[in-house]
Amino acid sequence: MIAAIREAVAERLGSCDGVVALRRRNGGVAPHLFQKGDELAEMELSPRYPLMTVVSRLHKAFPAIRLGVVARGCDERAYVEMAKRNQIDPTRLEIIGFACTAEEAQACYCREPSPKHPVAGTPPAPGPPNPLVAKYDSLPLEERRSFWKKQFSKCIKCYGCRNICPECFCEACAMEDMAWVEPGLLAPPFPTFHLIRAMHMASRCVACRECEHTCPAYIPLTVLYDLMRRDIADLLGYIPGADIEAQQPLSLSLEQAPLKK
Amino acid sequence: MEYQNTLTTCIYCGCGCSMYVETIDGRITGVWPDKTNQISGGRLCIKGWNVTGFVGHPDRLKNPLLRKEGKLVEVTWDEALSQVAEKLSGIKRESGADSIGLMTSAKCTNEENYLMNKFARAVLGTNNIDHCARL
Repeated sequence: MIAAIREAVAERLGSCDGVVALRRRNGGVAPHLFQKGDELAEMELSPRYPLMTVVSRLHKAFPAIRLGVVARGCDERAYVEMAKRNQIDPTRLEIIGFACTAEEAQACYCREPSPKHPVAGTPPAPGPPNPLVAKYDSLPLEERRSFWKKQFSKCIKCYGCRNICPECFCEACAMEDMAWVEPGLLAPPFPTFHLIRAMHMASRCVACRECEHTCPAYIPLTVLYDLMRRDIADLLGYIPGADIEAQQPLSLSLEQAPLKK
Repeated sequence: MEYQNTLTTCIYCGCGCSMYVETIDGRITGVWPDKTNQISGGRLCIKGWNVTGFVGHPDRLKNPLLRKEGKLVEVTWDEALSQVAEKLSGIKRESGADSIGLMTSAKCTNEENYLMNKFARAVLGTNNIDHCARL
């Protein structure tokens, strides 16, 4: 599979200024901007990094460049929501998509483990739903509260969930606003700290699960965000990352996007 | 147009979390946790995520400061080091080596800390040495 992607990248390097992908060097793998003459043999597909954040930073630093990016399904969904919020210029980006493996789709509980037009890989069956969500759904209200209280009490307030998130790009962050989050408290105030982020993820979260993977306290954050995605789908009929033409409901009035329930 | 991720190790404590410092045209633009690392496994604490904060910070000292007549003034490294050598020799001569203690820093490399340890024990002749990462 990687041979086909390297070929597609080599081809794009003819028309683009660079291609964002992963590179293995010095024993580690990190995002890299491949340019003409770079050794494509060093290119890798795993592990996942939020490559659209890299594209966004490059688009902002160099307002004229045209880029390619090697993207998974989650990267493409992140791109859709970032483009709607002016974080990426879609006219200056070409996506070189590839499908995840069936094992990856299962491990990520990914419902859409491929970009729309992959140049390599066969889109696998979607992964199963996150089993913790069903378990959580079966709990009575009071136990749900204690579930989150216990989980959030583990938080060391590293802000990693926010830092790694491709959809977290506000210059002034409410999670650092002393009016909302009292400084110096560990664990951070319950439940405001985590619910601020959850509210801001409404109609943004594309279920890439980077936040959960980077959490040093092993908080099952994607339960929270899967539930938020479900509410946004049920109430407003919006699935983040699915359609670049669909307007984000939170920027519309209730007349334009009426509640479905 | 230059984009680099430089593999490095967090300098704030002894855990050794692995990370990439991201630069665009030589200017630091962020930190990525190293997801391939066995120790930190793509996770960082708040210090790791902000480890580059001091690099371009306006409070960062660019030259040694020496207190002259009650005021801190910038001096050359030669002047600062001569002053330190003179004072330390004087204290050792008058009150003994154990009147001197050394605090080293997690923001130095392992090798620099080793040199500081050698300097304390072999040059000054004291065991009074400690390190800020012994939190």
